[in-house]
Amino acid sequence: MDDLDAGSIGDVLSVTDSFAEVGRRANPKVPALRGRTVATLFFEDSTRTRMSFETAAKRMSADVLSFSAGSSSVKKGESLRDTIETIQAIGMDAVIIRHSSSGVPARVAEWVDHCAVINAGDGWHQHPTQALLDLYTVRQSLGGGQEGTDRFRGLRVTIVGDIRHSRVARSQITAYASLGAEVTLVAPATLLPPSLEGWPIAGVSHDLDAVLASTDVISLLRLQAERGSGAYVPTMREYSAGYSLTARRALQLPPEAIILHPGPMVRGVEIASEVAELPSARITDQVGNGVAVRMAVLFLLLGHGSLDGEAA
Amino acid sequence: MSAPELIIRGGTVVDATGERRADVRVSEGRIVEVAEGLEARKGATVLDAGGCVVAPGLVDLHTHLREPGREEAETVESGTRAAALGGFTAVVAMPNTDPPLDSAESVRNVYALADGAMAQVAVAGAITVGRAGERLAPMAELAALGVRLFTDDGDGVQSAGLMRRALQYATGLGVTLGQHCEDHSLAAGGTMHEGAWSSRLGLPGMPSEAEEVMVARDIALSRVTGGRVHFLHLSTAGSIELVRRARAEGVPVTAEVAPHHFTLTDACTAGYDPVFKVNPPLRPQEDVDAVKAALADGTADAIATDHAPHAPELKDLPFDQAPPGMLGLQTALALATTELDLPLARIVALLSWQPAAIAGLDPDHGGTQGGPVAPNAVANLCVIDPRATWTVDPTALASRSRNTPYAGRTLTGRVRHTVLAGEPVVVDAEAQR
Repeated sequence: MDDLDAGSIGDVLSVTDSFAEVGRRANPKVPALRGRTVATLFFEDSTRTRMSFETAAKRMSADVLSFSAGSSSVKKGESLRDTIETIQAIGMDAVIIRHSSSGVPARVAEWVDHCAVINAGDGWHQHPTQALLDLYTVRQSLGGGQEGTDRFRGLRVTIVGDIRHSRVARSQITAYASLGAEVTLVAPATLLPPSLEGWPIAGVSHDLDAVLASTDVISLLRLQAERGSGAYVPTMREYSAGYSLTARRALQLPPEAIILHPGPMVRGVEIASEVAELPSARITDQVGNGVAVRMAVLFLLLGHGSLDGEAA
Repeated sequence: MSAPELIIRGGTVVDATGERRADVRVSEGRIVEVAEGLEARKGATVLDAGGCVVAPGLVDLHTHLREPGREEAETVESGTRAAALGGFTAVVAMPNTDPPLDSAESVRNVYALADGAMAQVAVAGAITVGRAGERLAPMAELAALGVRLFTDDGDGVQSAGLMRRALQYATGLGVTLGQHCEDHSLAAGGTMHEGAWSSRLGLPGMPSEAEEVMVARDIALSRVTGGRVHFLHLSTAGSIELVRRARAEGVPVTAEVAPHHFTLTDACTAGYDPVFKVNPPLRPQEDVDAVKAALADGTADAIATDHAPHAPELKDLPFDQAPPGMLGLQTALALATTELDLPLARIVALLSWQPAAIAGLDPDHGGTQGGPVAPNAVANLCVIDPRATWTVDPTALASRSRNTPYAGRTLTGRVRHTVLAGEPVVVDAEAQR
């Protein structure tokens, strides 16, 4: 995400508008990537991101190869590098990679030639298309014209939850900040990264109630139990008491504020079930916009070249 | 070895007694004459040392030879070849092999493998059985075989109680305990230094305190037991300050630092290349500066390589899965001469007689390493050209592995000749066998 400046983000969002329109057609398919082949390489389980990317590629008429670590040569002991070289030899225009280890897309981009590498989430590091679809959803919700990204300047964004282990948060922070939004992080100190030196944030709080009234966009993150987040807070009950967006807390948000969650969502822990159903919660919009954003990313990488080859 | 007479001509001899212009005549494995203008007898081998420093052979306190168990990464043969090319005439082999060096049998095996090697191999025995940190290894049996340094390197001894007992036991044997300072409860799962870079890169970090709490603990244990602790590869400003104070107080502790900790920072990790993954991890610039200061003011007694070969496929793993460790034997001296603002005589002290004394390999302990360049001494020598420049090429290194973080780096200062017990094993930077 660090490689995208405000101008490139604006380009992605503008192109996304066109593909969102495609998605609303009776036959939501365009020939933009006919003859191109993309592979999804998911070394870590994912449902929504994988489906979203594959749907995006298919709507653009690309051929899609799907690779998952659980049912492949990786299980037979093949190394990552050999897997990548094999897939490149088959002949791919782009590989879309999800991996539980931070930095894998960056390494893969060094190993391949003539093949775009798209990061679909690496470890705790980055999940750029998630941040882009959040921006698109926010821009859509703010209304006032689809052009430009000026509406983000001064927008007060609050990110709540397990920031320490979150690739989504790392991408969101960079993305929002590069458009001029003021990002506040809210979490127990144990769920913040060890150092925030150099992070483009407006502030950190351990008191969610104190920041709600001055929040325009609130993004909730899941407690990543599979990454051991459980040990960072004494109990889920205590975490929810301090950091869950309950109905009572949602009432303290300004009336125009919007609620986002990258999913998968654990109702009752970071967000109350009734809050997830509020009109201001744009969680299902995020999922729908995800396809359009990923179409835009694929189009910009494979159609012409205004984004860098590596989206990291 | 009935090698012909050898003359090292035209250099400046540097040892613990000082510096002087002198030629060195070697015969029957020993130095026989040190004086200016020595005549070569018929049939003598003459090594040119013009513009060079003639020093006692270098001694590495911290070498992973990987044999037995990881012969695809390194063997005693390949590791000692790398050592000789790096100017080392002795290396201390770390015990984290498979099986570990925690028994008389395993130590004898390494000595047997090292018979005829291109450098003397001293063994560091494990402190605990299997390096598991649960019960003491048979330290007296190992000491009887000549083991003078014990360590569970790769891991620190986590239990303070067990470490205290090991130190008490060690006092009766006259041996030193080396500690890899890393508190698992703070460092577990960490893959790099915990700080601004790890936070940004989304990699689990190991905080400086994981090292420092164990340094502080072992200083306290050394003080109470009188047992000697040698701190391996210290990497943080806090650790160095703790050792500085302990030494001022007279606690019997020594310390080594590794070349990568005075030449590289955690920013190197930004590209996720596991060649920069090492344990203890690369630290921020202020720690690098503290390591350099420790070398300058004597808080650090030795530069030790922590030469840690790994097969290429392991360094192609994702950063968090790749094993930690870097090659070091062939670049240590040159990194010191290139990067440290110290006189060459100080650098040689840090790489030769000071580590030899810690390892018990020096003449004072009945060994032959690191001693003065004087008649009757065993001829373990290293001839250094301080002005020669060269570029590190991983494929040209003698190690079986390629994991040097210095590929492509141009360094000033090179080992020209290495003489092991009178035999010129390296001549003009070429291994002779």
